[in-house]
Amino acid sequence: MGTLGRKDLLDLEGLTAEEIGMILDEAEAFREVGLRPVKKVPALRGRTVINLFFEPSTRTATSFHLAAQRLSADVLDIKVGDSSVKKGETLLDTVATFEAMDLGVLILRTAHSGSAAFVARHSRASIVNAGDGMHEHPTQGLLDLFTLRRRFGRVEGLEVAIVGDVLHSRVARSDVWGLLKLGARVRLCGPATLCPQALAAVWEGAFPGRVRVVHELEAALEGADAVQVLRIQLERLQRFLFPSTREYSRHYCLTSARLRGAKPGCLVMHPGPMNRGLEISGGVADGPQSAIRGQVANGVAVRMAVLHLLAGSEEAA
Amino acid sequence: MAEDRLKAVLMEARDLDRALTRMAHEIVERNRGVEDLALVGIKTRGEVIARRLAARVAGVERLAAPVPVGALDVTLYRDDVHTRPARPAAPSSLPFGVQDKTVVLVDDVLYTGRTVRAALTALLDYGRAARVQLAVLVDRGLRELPVRADFVGKNVPTSARERVRVLLAETDGEDKVAILGGEG
Repeated sequence: MGTLGRKDLLDLEGLTAEEIGMILDEAEAFREVGLRPVKKVPALRGRTVINLFFEPSTRTATSFHLAAQRLSADVLDIKVGDSSVKKGETLLDTVATFEAMDLGVLILRTAHSGSAAFVARHSRASIVNAGDGMHEHPTQGLLDLFTLRRRFGRVEGLEVAIVGDVLHSRVARSDVWGLLKLGARVRLCGPATLCPQALAAVWEGAFPGRVRVVHELEAALEGADAVQVLRIQLERLQRFLFPSTREYSRHYCLTSARLRGAKPGCLVMHPGPMNRGLEISGGVADGPQSAIRGQVANGVAVRMAVLHLLAGSEEAA
Repeated sequence: MAEDRLKAVLMEARDLDRALTRMAHEIVERNRGVEDLALVGIKTRGEVIARRLAARVAGVERLAAPVPVGALDVTLYRDDVHTRPARPAAPSSLPFGVQDKTVVLVDDVLYTGRTVRAALTALLDYGRAARVQLAVLVDRGLRELPVRADFVGKNVPTSARERVRVLLAETDGEDKVAILGGEG
């Protein structure tokens, strides 16, 4: 019987299709736990899980916190404003301090690509990357895959559009790696400044012909089984990467009219938090094709699966 | 792990069939019928046995529909999660309320009693059953916890070096109980 023989979850680029499949299978078991009257199992009793977030996050931090609690772990949330890092301590010293308190799993969110891998190399604790700069956000990728698999029964062969600021999106990067490894095809869509043609080259070597870049939303949606709408970060506006929110939404806002150009029943996803009226219309976000609420619920199950599989690998390593 | 050598066949398909029929009768007799009765199998083979017992219980009582059957995965409740690598968990499925029911837990082999202990804890998370009974196809002894089965297909004294393997048509292609050993 296989287990995840890894200490850390840093990205989906480094996982095999079998490992991703194992996490998604495991998430099915934890999804059932979420439907019970008592939504808690004793699997991680006595383990310590720390959420260390250097960027503001409500959704991801809450989801990890709930996942750890439902596994009966002791869980702490540390926001950078409260931490000694503000007083000049290095990241590794902070982690070493946690280790001295018998830390089992560290969930880390930072603004710097590669920081999770860096900490993982220097720590005995299991590290879960909860978003590192523009690199990856693997549990978001996994919950998107889980949402697709639950809806379609498989990921293989699906046509999935990812729309928005793909260039700066760690969610998009994790989604693309996961989708390709499980056999889907991907269309990346956005204005050339946020979704340059050269982006597909990253995946061309390993998955030739399975990723293409299009700049018109209508073309990206045509024949799509699912569309992931990315959040537009308004701070990019100040860096002149797109001219105005009104112009962006005129070309790229997912509206009911545009959604009709996709396959019937095309699944709509958004990692949240949404800018209604900017990248997605309220009608689509709340409409019958929206999986957005389901994504949030699935996030807890997927994160429980990841924590359980990693914590179990501790002694195995 | 190398596959252990076959030492003896404990039950052939016919023996297994007779044992299940007797256990179904015992379950009905002990509970004076099947009112509020539910069978919950411990995954994987306990679930298969629970389904077979449910069909037989319905036959004994000439019911139109089988008694409710659920399946419990106890991976997350085991007491050895710290001493060996995590095993992937599978979804449980209890498509009925446990509250105030008489629940017969079903497993293939009763050994240390630790799986049953985990199953009792898991079952409690679904509600408070009126009573819980235990049915096992094989009781091989060597208990480490104070657990006793109410319904037993076959009692087989074993040594800790031996392994009892239950094969079922639904999961393994044939019905057979074998003992594998073990000396070296």
